[in-house]
Amino acid sequence: MAKINFKLNEEFVEIDTDLNRRLLDVLRDDFSLTGVKEGCGEGECGACAVLLDHRIINSCSTPLANVIGKEVMTIEGFSKTKRYETIKEAFAEAGGVQCGFCTPGMIIATESLLNKNPHPTDFEIKIGLSGNLCRCTGYNLIVEAVKEAIKRGEGLW
Amino acid sequence: MKDISQSINKVDNDEKISGKAKYVADIKMEGMLHALTLRATIAKGEIVEIIYPKLPEGYFVVDYKDIPGKNIVKVIFDDMPIFTTGKITYLHEPIALLIGPDKFLVNELLKQVKVTYKEEKPLFDWVDSVIHYEFKKGEGFKPKKGDIIIEKSYETSYQEQLYIETQGMIGYMEDNEKITLVGSIQCPYYVKNALVQALDVEDKLVRVIQATVGGAFGGKEEFPSLIACQLAVAVKKIKKPIRLIYEREEDILSTTKRHPSKTTLKALMRNDKIISLAVKVGLDGGANIGLSGVVLSRALIASSGAYTIDNLDVQGDVFRTNTVPNGAFRGFGAPQMMFAIEMFVDHVAKKIGKDPFKFRVEHLAKQGDYTSTMGLYRDPILLEDMINKAMEVSDYKTKRKLFDQKDSYKGIGMSIFFHGCGFTGSGEKNHIKAKVKLKKQGDSVEILIAAVDMGQGVKTSFRKLVAHILDIEIERVIFNNPDTDYVSDSGPTVASRTMMIVGGIVARCAKEMKERFSEENFIVEKVYEQPSYIEFDEATFTGDAYPAYSWGVNVVEVEVDPVTYQVKLHKTWSVYDVGKAIDERMVYGQADGGLAQGLAYGYLEVMNHKDGKIMQKNMTDYIIPTAMDMPPMETYLFDNPYAYGPYGAKGVGELSLVGGAPAVAKAIEQAIKRQVYKIPVTPEYIMELVNNGKD
Repeated sequence: MAKINFKLNEEFVEIDTDLNRRLLDVLRDDFSLTGVKEGCGEGECGACAVLLDHRIINSCSTPLANVIGKEVMTIEGFSKTKRYETIKEAFAEAGGVQCGFCTPGMIIATESLLNKNPHPTDFEIKIGLSGNLCRCTGYNLIVEAVKEAIKRGEGLW
Repeated sequence: MKDISQSINKVDNDEKISGKAKYVADIKMEGMLHALTLRATIAKGEIVEIIYPKLPEGYFVVDYKDIPGKNIVKVIFDDMPIFTTGKITYLHEPIALLIGPDKFLVNELLKQVKVTYKEEKPLFDWVDSVIHYEFKKGEGFKPKKGDIIIEKSYETSYQEQLYIETQGMIGYMEDNEKITLVGSIQCPYYVKNALVQALDVEDKLVRVIQATVGGAFGGKEEFPSLIACQLAVAVKKIKKPIRLIYEREEDILSTTKRHPSKTTLKALMRNDKIISLAVKVGLDGGANIGLSGVVLSRALIASSGAYTIDNLDVQGDVFRTNTVPNGAFRGFGAPQMMFAIEMFVDHVAKKIGKDPFKFRVEHLAKQGDYTSTMGLYRDPILLEDMINKAMEVSDYKTKRKLFDQKDSYKGIGMSIFFHGCGFTGSGEKNHIKAKVKLKKQGDSVEILIAAVDMGQGVKTSFRKLVAHILDIEIERVIFNNPDTDYVSDSGPTVASRTMMIVGGIVARCAKEMKERFSEENFIVEKVYEQPSYIEFDEATFTGDAYPAYSWGVNVVEVEVDPVTYQVKLHKTWSVYDVGKAIDERMVYGQADGGLAQGLAYGYLEVMNHKDGKIMQKNMTDYIIPTAMDMPPMETYLFDNPYAYGPYGAKGVGELSLVGGAPAVAKAIEQAIKRQVYKIPVTPEYIMELVNNGKD
């Protein structure tokens, strides 16, 4: 057990707990951030993706100790941004959402990609999404959604 | 008024994109306990003794002795126990639940349980036939002396649904007597009926509510009834809220999958045409029969594919083995059969030296032809136009010729297929008997049906359908997740039936409501009415097996790496006749997603068992496509309205899966100039074919 601080969705938080716990469990159980999903528990599916210092990570394979003093952003925090609004509208318009279980992770992946590379090629988009599994869409319309977000969000990234 | 097919944004986009949608694992309840499942570690035998560790206060074991009613999960064929009474028939068969407030402690306790078994020799060979069906069309298969007979065999392996949200459920007690289950399910009333039998209680003492479903694909059709029964028994005993959420490994190892199949086809040839076809299908049912008989029926009925063959001799068996039970998966027997028949027609054509494409076109089913079961294809069949469209947009002919060159390592393949819409046989009329309620209250209208939105968009398409008929804003139409205390039993969300069958009844309700719309509050209630001309005899497999058929053509272009034999998909082109799209973009979503699963079934997804143990236990071992694997997919829709579907709609959900595997397998055949007889066509299999196979 140890007391640690980190920034979570733009707020400084403190928590006293076992630092070996998965970030995923801490976010879901201690902070009730259930937009972060568990799909596989082993870093394969990306449903638990969050931003750690603006870069995408799988919270299921990140021990809490790794976020000390850093900045964690989940879908709940990201959904308060203008970038989110743009990505959301693009996903809705393109039909990139089916069961929705992978969707928050896909949104995080899109943000992480565009933050690094505001004008990716189709191939780069696919690489950017390749850590997030979707079983419903076949990815085609998700790729379209990202392209739509790029078009609508000119200047945002 | 706008054409119904014009797309609108889905009504649940916001809650899903923002992460606010509540899936079952997101629900918290005061004092909720955690359950984990104790499972068998052998494939066959008897439990001699179970020694549980000393349980701390507040921790429980729940097993078969706690079941008040029948220790059987009510499905279609009732042979799966809720908990074993001691007999083990497959590895990971559930023995008991361990339950307590701290999940980690429950897990520790679970590890300390000692079970001793008397092991028996498990059966993995396909010899114990528990279901056998057979039927004939015309004169069956009667070769005369000197006739040419061509025989080939095809194999398909397991496929795992791999919904990204694992199986899960929460149970709790209301008013100290009523048991309520909230879960990730496709069929609220399947679960409810199973609970009534397991608990041996009155109907009104059980309630089932659907949580947001994170993918299902058939995997949440019958399987959730098992965990629902286990959990309900536990809630009855402990009287506290309990959650049972599977981890990925447990989900893969212990839940139902697509049946592995072996199919032998024999063609009797005269004048370069298939005069007669003998079909023999074997399915590995696993340790319980469950839905396997219905899966077999669908496979057998699809045995002549999208072609008309006048004489058929069709036989099939479900074999019981000591392996994890197999069950529903999008396509339900059709993907296995469609792979076999689609490969076979090409192989036959090659054998007799005819152009496979011409040979297939000569055999295509046409309006007015008899189906495999002597039903009638009553509605227009647009296959020739659809094939032409697919060829035009994919530049099929040119590429086919080009890739035929030696060492091209490129290929283009085309599958032609159908999917019967709705339940097989007399299922809708005799077993399901769907009921629908539409309620007007003041300014709003509520749809009260048991159909589940598992991503396919039912909530949007049904609200849109009703709003369109009533000519009101979609915001005035309410559709909540089904809760059996409120909604009618409109049947399970399966078999590509939801829009065509349930939507058809909803549309009839809406039309009646429209005439009485000035009235303030009222309910319109209707039941399914089978078109009078549809008759099917289940005993003899005679008559119209489905009220309507959806049709499809897939073209896939691939490239095979000449060194590693890795397959790269370049592009797909698909043409579908789903009657009438209730929302085009949603149909495109189903088209892409189904095709992705079908393609991956054909070349990527490897699952097998060794001594009853599934060898792929997580997402690292069981490979499904990533964004990098899937090519651009083009889809075209042909309108061909079906008189009894709403606005002419037929089935959509499964169609796009069934043609994927044969299309990619045919493309690979061309790329490597070898004939393919099994899926998935992995690099290992390609190497074997390149070394020993023939063109």
